[in-house]
Amino acid sequence: MIQWGFNINQPRAINLDKNDRLVADRILEQMPELEACIACGSCTATCTAGNLTSFNFRKVHTLVRRGEYKGAYEEMNKCMLCGKCRLVCPRGINTRGVVLLIKQELGDY
Amino acid sequence: MRNSWTEYQKEIADDNYFYVRSCIRQNFFPGSEAAFLNIMRNDLNRDVKEEAIHTSCTGIGYHSDIVPLDTIMTVVARQFALMTEAGYENFISSCITSFGIYNEAMEMWSEFPETEERAREHLYKATGREFKKPKSIAHTSDIIFHHREEIARKAQHKLINVETGRPLRVVEHIGCHYAKIFPKTGFGGSEFPYVLAGMIESWGGDVIDYPERRHCCGFGFRNYLVQANRGYSVANSQKKFESMAPYKPDFIVANCPGCAMFLDKWQYTIAEMEGTVYGQDGQGIPVLTYEEMAGLVLGYDPWQLGMQMHQVNVEPLLDKMGIRYDPTAKYLGKNGKYIGQPADALVNNSSHIQL
Repeated sequence: MIQWGFNINQPRAINLDKNDRLVADRILEQMPELEACIACGSCTATCTAGNLTSFNFRKVHTLVRRGEYKGAYEEMNKCMLCGKCRLVCPRGINTRGVVLLIKQELGDY
Repeated sequence: MRNSWTEYQKEIADDNYFYVRSCIRQNFFPGSEAAFLNIMRNDLNRDVKEEAIHTSCTGIGYHSDIVPLDTIMTVVARQFALMTEAGYENFISSCITSFGIYNEAMEMWSEFPETEERAREHLYKATGREFKKPKSIAHTSDIIFHHREEIARKAQHKLINVETGRPLRVVEHIGCHYAKIFPKTGFGGSEFPYVLAGMIESWGGDVIDYPERRHCCGFGFRNYLVQANRGYSVANSQKKFESMAPYKPDFIVANCPGCAMFLDKWQYTIAEMEGTVYGQDGQGIPVLTYEEMAGLVLGYDPWQLGMQMHQVNVEPLLDKMGIRYDPTAKYLGKNGKYIGQPADALVNNSSHIQL
């Protein structure tokens, strides 16, 4: 058996043509202001839950908008709905509302 | 055929070239540079000057953050000084990395003249040499491209399947540093490089346009040089193979030393790791340099071109082109000395020639 010292990396590309964006489109329909997000990460930086766990609001909502839903509902359950993120968002997005919306659309909230 | 490439053109000198070699080609494709010189001097009657005292351009060290900018500019200056001393003005490089380096130095000297002064000063202090900037800088694939019709007129074999009479299906792969750094330095720019496609069309083959045609082979210097990073390097080649395989290419031709090496050798690696081969009849896809392709067209002996050094066997391609070769001479080196042969490999369907 040859010892290569490396494996063939699997691609991490997200194929937007193949992903089902139905849920993402529904979320954007109800919360069009989310389009204004500049992905600055202020929400994540100020997040109480993110301070204690690996929860990353910016990452999860970006994945959801790209149609990558796997594990998103479980992640959103880490949010304590304190709303600090909403206070710091430079685009005035109702981030707390986004959390609730994603949970509604993807789970049984 | 797309014609967008015609918007990107450059002047290529017709004769009197000063030639600098590649570091890695002499190890992995040792016949290619000799073939280039033979084709230019004997078949096309052109004057090509080579200096034994020229060095590596140190590009691999530069792109791996080992060689500093001032050092590499001084090395480039020395190569130009050798050209000036020999009385030549048309600088041609066998390597795509070097080609990028020479263009980068020229661009840098043009944008920041103080860096040229510094390079001149360093060179003079270190060696006492002075130089004139070349009138033209070209890659050797540009030179073969420039003379492609003359080669076509002298062709002994065309890129045609002699059994079916149909053109061979060829994947052309252009090294990233040929035109992705400075699009104006390549025929067809970075989007529609025509340098290899032009040769293939002139010599009777069909160029395959596949989705990942412009993707990098994955060499990327530090992506390969650090062993733990090689999984990323091989993944790039695999992406290309998966994309080109459905088009059933007869062979791949590359104009970059690194690309030809990796597209050839990663096929062996992928076959051994995962059992996947991308060619027809359970074999890999042969990978040629453009000099080897030109050499076959001109009727050179495949073993003189150094094609026994390839990881993927080239015999299926030779058979398709109707080229006669001596299977028993494959592993005979200089003066008929047996050079040894590689072990069985999945990529060759375990069918190597038994001596």
